[in-house]
Amino acid sequence: MNESSPAIAAPLARLVQEFYKLPGIGPKSAQRLAYYLLRMPAAEAQALAAAIVEVKERITLCSTCQNVTEADPCRVCSDALRDRTVICVVEEPLDILAIERTQAYRGLYHVLHGTISPMDGIGPEDLKIRELLERFRGDDIREVILATNPNLEGEATAMYLTRLVSPLGIKVTRLARGLPVGGDLEYADDVTLTRALEGRQEMEQDNRDGAST
Amino acid sequence: MATPRLYKTEAVILRQRKFGEADRILTLLTPAFGKIEGKARGVRKTTSRMSGHLQPLNRCMLQLAQGRMTDVIAGCETLESFHRLREDLDRLSESLYVAELTDRMLPERVPNYPSYRLLLDTLRRLEQGDGGEIALRYFEIRLLDQSGFRPELEQCVGCAKRIEAESHFFSPRAGGVTCPACAPDSEGARSLTLNGLKVLRQLQREPYNENARLRLDAPLALELERHLRSYVVCVLERDVKSAAFIDRLRRESQFTPAEV
Repeated sequence: MNESSPAIAAPLARLVQEFYKLPGIGPKSAQRLAYYLLRMPAAEAQALAAAIVEVKERITLCSTCQNVTEADPCRVCSDALRDRTVICVVEEPLDILAIERTQAYRGLYHVLHGTISPMDGIGPEDLKIRELLERFRGDDIREVILATNPNLEGEATAMYLTRLVSPLGIKVTRLARGLPVGGDLEYADDVTLTRALEGRQEMEQDNRDGAST
Repeated sequence: MATPRLYKTEAVILRQRKFGEADRILTLLTPAFGKIEGKARGVRKTTSRMSGHLQPLNRCMLQLAQGRMTDVIAGCETLESFHRLREDLDRLSESLYVAELTDRMLPERVPNYPSYRLLLDTLRRLEQGDGGEIALRYFEIRLLDQSGFRPELEQCVGCAKRIEAESHFFSPRAGGVTCPACAPDSEGARSLTLNGLKVLRQLQREPYNENARLRLDAPLALELERHLRSYVVCVLERDVKSAAFIDRLRRESQFTPAEV
């Protein structure tokens, strides 16, 4: 970017520079966003600025599950109605949103904030694994569900966690892998298909109550 | 070699990195074109038909379209998925090391069929689980050979005299063994045992089948690993990151995993 262009005022150039740092924003998008903000009503621009500041000031990590939160412990961890004997381990905070959307899980979570990626030099010490093990000490945890992504790094992380957690006498489970809804059998890779065959389930007769499990 | 706009090739996926919203850029090793990069569009969505086929360490048949910057993967099918490598953390960490080393040592777009063959053979050996240590050391020696960094094991890298079977040193900086007289001049040279030297020479001279029967005791295996790794780091001028994970797994398997 040409910072010293005389056609662009210094404060505006600075704003363009800041937008340019964001993921997925190129030089042209950065300029467009900056000029859009310039024409925005002052109140709206203030609100945006305030929201950014607030996020940075008030959001922290929950000391229990490491999710991003406003209050510590977070709303999931302090919810008395949730099952406190199950922990679902996920890679990123956004994964919790995905699982919560299903409304099929009522236990607790733990966010690792990444995956083991040996080739990128990301090891277990860079994740929130110590914090996870810490939780087994106090609470009565019966099951750990490994919900890391079904790719190479996610699998490596799941296998590593299994090594750590299994000896503690806690049941370790992994999310099922198989065919995605709306998927296409002929395009499935053999690992997925093998897993799908292994995890096949008996078809049940139509159930009037609609309860599947 | 002029490649047509749309071309097909077999490839082993060495590594991947995220790109944009849902894309990945893959580093691929091909038999005919050497190491290339390919962009896989939309593979981070669950509905992607390609994502399962494009996992690292997979051997696939790919269809690529030439792009302005990187070629784009238009279609793919798994040929070999090494699933037993993926289900064992130790084997997985070793094969990631193999993939990373291959990626780092080879330049882009330089055809190198022997290295492709070596990579495939090594992954298969690791998957079979016969002689993990030997398979890795053989891989390192051969890859160094193929990329022009063959370590000198017959004569002293300092004074060019034949190495006598007494005491000898390995100097990663000078790229080979040194006699005791030259060792002090060679920075970073460390003692190499007679057995260590013998095994290194055999790995360098003989094909894998002759080496597969070798059994190393723990101290010897560790010695060879250290020497070869220090040489690799010296050649690359950087650490091999996945080696740290192999070390960590080994360290932790010796203790009860109560603390990380």
